[in-house]
Amino acid sequence: MLGEGLLKGLAETARNFVGSYVSKERLTTVEYPEERIPTAENARVFPFLVYDGSDWQAGLRCVACQICEKECPPKCIIIEKSKDKKPDYVGKQQFYPVRFDIDLSVCMSCQICVEVCPFEAIKMDTEFELATDDRFGGLLYDREQLAKSNEYYHSIHPTEASEVDARLAEEKEKAEAKARAAAAKPAAPAPAPAAGGNT
Amino acid sequence: MAATVDQIFVIFRNWVVGYLPAQWQAAAGAVLGVIGILCVFPGLFALTTVLERKGLGRMQNRLGPNRVGPYGFFQPVADGIKALTKEDVVPHDANAVMHFLAPLVLVVTVFMGFAVLPVGRHMALVDMDSGLLFFFAMGAATELSIFMAGWSSRNKYSILGAMRAVAQMISYEVPMLLSAVAVVMIAGSLSLPSIVAAQNQYSGVFPHWYLFTPWGFAAGLIFGIAAIAETNRSPFDLPEGESELVAGYHTEYSGFKFALFFLGEYLAMFSLSGLGTTLFLGGWSAPFSFLNWIPSWIWFFGKVMVLISIFIWMRGTFPRLRQDQLMNFAWKFVLPFALLDLLVTALWRFLGPGWERWVFCSLVLVVAYVAMGRLGFAVKKFGPRSYRYAE
Repeated sequence: MLGEGLLKGLAETARNFVGSYVSKERLTTVEYPEERIPTAENARVFPFLVYDGSDWQAGLRCVACQICEKECPPKCIIIEKSKDKKPDYVGKQQFYPVRFDIDLSVCMSCQICVEVCPFEAIKMDTEFELATDDRFGGLLYDREQLAKSNEYYHSIHPTEASEVDARLAEEKEKAEAKARAAAAKPAAPAPAPAAGGNT
Repeated sequence: MAATVDQIFVIFRNWVVGYLPAQWQAAAGAVLGVIGILCVFPGLFALTTVLERKGLGRMQNRLGPNRVGPYGFFQPVADGIKALTKEDVVPHDANAVMHFLAPLVLVVTVFMGFAVLPVGRHMALVDMDSGLLFFFAMGAATELSIFMAGWSSRNKYSILGAMRAVAQMISYEVPMLLSAVAVVMIAGSLSLPSIVAAQNQYSGVFPHWYLFTPWGFAAGLIFGIAAIAETNRSPFDLPEGESELVAGYHTEYSGFKFALFFLGEYLAMFSLSGLGTTLFLGGWSAPFSFLNWIPSWIWFFGKVMVLISIFIWMRGTFPRLRQDQLMNFAWKFVLPFALLDLLVTALWRFLGPGWERWVFCSLVLVVAYVAMGRLGFAVKKFGPRSYRYAE
């Protein structure tokens, strides 16, 4: 009969209305500032620079190769290469960034800088409360603000961070084996290929 | 004691007026009544906005506003401050005078309607002999302000919204008037206090409200549908459908002018709910004879709030109609049914007391409802498509 559907609809909303007072499971809203759902592991908001160890300046993985600066679609990364060199995680002498700025107001969270980085130095953060009342200085993040420890990386992206660590350890071992082989070469050339093959 | 509480506002007014010279007393009494209306209904408006948002939230399994004050009940204060401090933008090509006047005209005409509503025993501001007529005249004037707003904004969305609003309001004004005419036929008066008095009788404990008669039930439903359409509320909110027309006729309004439109819309809702209460729900009379000791104005405002919550419930449930559906519904279903209801009302009047008129009138209305539902809303079925090719 005419109007039957209207009554059904009214009954449905009335059920919601009463039900929302009776059962808390119905309420889908999260009361944000007080309670918050944990961020998803795959969430990505804004890049940060990973450093190993406790000193961010010594442990910064970035070697100022400037690939991310060139690849960044909105051109929000500004890097200045150092004149001197410092040893990286393998012990090899590398340049380091004396200036590494990312403009938060320009970044579009595309993750391309992360994809292109050959040194696992830049990763995506899950921190999303980046609002500031200083719209000029406050939105330009310098390398000190961007530097975050490897432990922090583990805490936000555990799976990805373990993979990265394994890969870096493997590379380091490979490099060490190479160095050992190079050191051993003048004495005995035979064990070198075997050591390389095992790693 | 109960009689004192019932008449407390009247007693207060007479007490204040008593201090004035005799020739000023009538005017001062009217001014006091106006002040009362100007305080009570906007206050009710503030309360309703927050209740509506909370109620709608609950219907959608949300919490609704809960930040400002206890349980979010100071939200209207925050909204008011926001509206007052916003920039007042007038479009460059707008007709500035009309643009400024439209919200004022809306609020003023809507407030005028409250003058004849009896909000309690002896509590109508003006006991006009043709109060119903005055009310509808003022209700029709709101269309003018809406068209003023739409036309003076010089914006295609505004003018489209205003045209929709005028078409819709004129279409639904007709069934609304006809449903009120049915009440006038039985009560024999256009004066709202005497319409309430006609319903303020009891058989046993049950009241003689017009809603509880077959013709009155049909007329009440028609009045309710027309009232929703008149106030541009969902599901008849085409004039301001935000998904189609930005905001309809008040697209170009900001700051406090927009707040005035908002106020006017809610006040129209209150005044039509008040009229519906007066015509069909016995106005300020108690629902059972043994509840007569509760003050009459509590009953009136209680009934108005019940009708308002039904408005909110409808808004939380139904999707918006299409323009052609809206017009079809008004002219092909509601209007013929209102005319039939007039006939049934006349039959009810002349069949005299007895059980026969209950059966007969109910039967006519139910049969007509079912038949019109079947015929008027039958979906045309198309068979499989047949092709005829050239030989």
